[in-house]
Amino acid sequence: MNNPIGSLPAEFENTHEGVKILGFWVFLATDVMLFASLFAVYVVYRSRVALGPTPAQIFALGPVLAETLILLTSSFTVSLSLYAARQSRLKSAIGWLVVTLLLGASFVSLEIREFVKDVLAGHTWHQSAFLSGFFTLVGTHGSHVTFGIGWAVLLTLELVLRGLTVANRRKLFTFALYWHFLDIVWIFLFSVVYLAGVMT
Amino acid sequence: MRPWFIHLIKLLFPPQVLLPDIVGIDIGLTLSALAIALYLTKARRWGWLWREWLTTVDHKRIGIMYIIAALIMLFRGGVDALMIRSQLIVPEAHFMGAQQYDEVFTTHGTVMIFFMAMPFFFGLFNVAVPLMIGARDVAFPRLNAISFWLFAFGAALFNISFSIGGSPSAGWFSYPPYSELQFNPGVGENYYLLALQVSGIGSIATGINFLVTILKLRAPGMTLMKMPLFVWSALVTSTLILFAFPPLTVALGLTMLDRLFGASFFTLAHEGMPMMYANLFWIFGHPEVYILIMPAFGIFSEVVPTFSRKPLFGYEAMVISLLAITFLSYGVWVHHFFEMGAGPGVNVFFGLSTMLIAIPTGVKMFNWLFTMWGGRIRLSVPMLWQLGFIPTFVVGGASGVMLAAVAADYQYHNSYFVIAHFHNVIVGGTVFGLLSGMYYWWPKMFGWKLNERQGRWAFAFFFTGFWLTFMPQYFLGLEGMTRRMASYPPGLGWGGLNAMSTIGAFIMGVGFAILVYNIAWSRMHPEWDTTGDPWDGRTLEWSLPSPAPAYNFARIPEVHERDAWWAMKQRGETDAVKLSPDQVEPIHVPKNTPMPICLAVSFFVGSIGMVFAWHWMAILGGLGVVAALAYGSLEDDTDRELDPTTVLNTEKRLGRVHP
Repeated sequence: MNNPIGSLPAEFENTHEGVKILGFWVFLATDVMLFASLFAVYVVYRSRVALGPTPAQIFALGPVLAETLILLTSSFTVSLSLYAARQSRLKSAIGWLVVTLLLGASFVSLEIREFVKDVLAGHTWHQSAFLSGFFTLVGTHGSHVTFGIGWAVLLTLELVLRGLTVANRRKLFTFALYWHFLDIVWIFLFSVVYLAGVMT
Repeated sequence: MRPWFIHLIKLLFPPQVLLPDIVGIDIGLTLSALAIALYLTKARRWGWLWREWLTTVDHKRIGIMYIIAALIMLFRGGVDALMIRSQLIVPEAHFMGAQQYDEVFTTHGTVMIFFMAMPFFFGLFNVAVPLMIGARDVAFPRLNAISFWLFAFGAALFNISFSIGGSPSAGWFSYPPYSELQFNPGVGENYYLLALQVSGIGSIATGINFLVTILKLRAPGMTLMKMPLFVWSALVTSTLILFAFPPLTVALGLTMLDRLFGASFFTLAHEGMPMMYANLFWIFGHPEVYILIMPAFGIFSEVVPTFSRKPLFGYEAMVISLLAITFLSYGVWVHHFFEMGAGPGVNVFFGLSTMLIAIPTGVKMFNWLFTMWGGRIRLSVPMLWQLGFIPTFVVGGASGVMLAAVAADYQYHNSYFVIAHFHNVIVGGTVFGLLSGMYYWWPKMFGWKLNERQGRWAFAFFFTGFWLTFMPQYFLGLEGMTRRMASYPPGLGWGGLNAMSTIGAFIMGVGFAILVYNIAWSRMHPEWDTTGDPWDGRTLEWSLPSPAPAYNFARIPEVHERDAWWAMKQRGETDAVKLSPDQVEPIHVPKNTPMPICLAVSFFVGSIGMVFAWHWMAILGGLGVVAALAYGSLEDDTDRELDPTTVLNTEKRLGRVHP
């Protein structure tokens, strides 16, 4: 099932699977709107700190930079998995997918650590509109990543059970789309929330 | 008795749900549910219900379920409306207490918009769109069933609030700070947030589904500019849903975080910002009113040509105006709160963009009139609703332009003028359109027509009642009556106009009762539609038998022009839709699945847990959702194949095979 250069990737060969991929793109558009709304709320609330800390007082760039590198790397590994799948190398596809989900898990655990640290210091989202906006925006991204990990686990299971069927190739492709999307959202989070935050 | 038990009873049945009328309704509903269950058991219909309806993924059946549910919700919202009007018929009437009055207008608005109008046109999309574009189903049949069941259980969640725990009372747009825990500590508001969230997920899924269906599954030859206008309206409505619902999800979600988890988004303390909610809500809310009206525009664009026997005048202009309205609808939301204090520059921008929308809408009005001009008009029931719509919507649109004038709006804001305006466009536009569409496609759904004579009476009562109800409200608004008043003192000169309005509302109620009678009577004395084309229609759905077989088209038609079926009839080529025995192919159809209803039940259980802050139950529901999704993802055997003999036999029985 090698895929000669110039023909369509396997996930598009079947029209029906192609329709599903378009559906997923449209879903991502709605998710863009969801994040856009949350970003708008955050940007308005950024200076509404009440008696709580300002962004510069609670953001630490070190762990956030680590999270960024981990997530960017995972975006690379999911592409390696997709690449392997297109060359019909099942084991390699599964391997890179597992690497991706482990990276995702370490990203989420770092984020949870940061959140716990803030909350233990007394900075809950009850304290100010800024903290409500911050935890919700970053937390929504984090829960998307968590959902993605769950999806990757199921996908790994399906690849192990059924191999590289047309449906599985399409699922891997849509998962990669989803994962790249979360990566792009993170870039915006990193710049708008953290970088802009420590500079004020 | 133990204290926790008393606590539970108090939580589930606070004083506001123990009013005699509510208890009476509870008993009535319980008895009807028991009667239905008894009938199903006695007639051994449970298996039939499960196989044919509860697990179906057929878009035509899902459409029928949507429309039945919408009619039930129209009844519920209508009863709320009659209660509101009864309270206001004379000054200082105390038919209800203020708290109950607040609950009734809140549920009236929410039910009518989210659980009547939207599912009604989702139903018509489901019934008509795939047939109009020559498709065998929607792009994602299973997702379609998920959308329906999420809506159904969202609606159920919202409706049980009045007998368990208490209804929401913060109005259909539920502004903070009144919707916050501090001022609204009961569970009613939680019901509102979760019911809308659950059904909103379903609406987004419907938007995705129909957008992809229309873009990808059209019959060969049907280019975008050859699509029927109703399909265009479904396309732009889907687009609007996709970009409008996520901000609503956020607005509701953040309110929920405030109420249930102690966040500070819209609270007065901790620098929360109630106006942020208003902005988020109306970034959704204004596109939403176009989501409600576009399908009606689409329906009228089918009804007018059919009953005038002329092609639609200005097809391109109709399409462009739909797209223009879609685009402009995102730039008008601030007109809901000019009083926020954003300053004259911002207000004038939003005022002008609002007025601009009158231009494409006016273009559509003229095009419908020019389509009728010189046509051979038949005054069948769908056409009557259309003719009633034209003057009604013109008045409603004109009062909308009045409201868009910023300086004047400071006077109209929150008065009965606004109430009159939006009922004028939503009832006179959306509801007239939906009922027109219901009468129009009814034979396609069930195979029999609705009785014309009774249909005319229903229209006559509803239309007359409508004008009598809402025209006086413009004047009440100008005389200073504000919306949401639970009662008013005598001596303000409002009594006569209010009495007229209430009488009008009851006349509309009679119209609805005749409509229900019309359906029941026509079911008992069916006038069968044997041709599949009872109205001498123009588009592809009328080339099929009524009702269409599960796979819709045994042969996918080829389309060469607009109004494809009409053109085939003109050229005498109608035999082209029939099958030759050697042309039969096997057809893939999706299998029924219990997954959608299980997913929706899990959402329902989890939501109840959230409403009452029973964490174990919320977690249980969440696990159910995960399990249903995982099951759906791992199941790979989702289609079945109809073999050629079955297809041929079905088509033979329908008389659609060449000898």
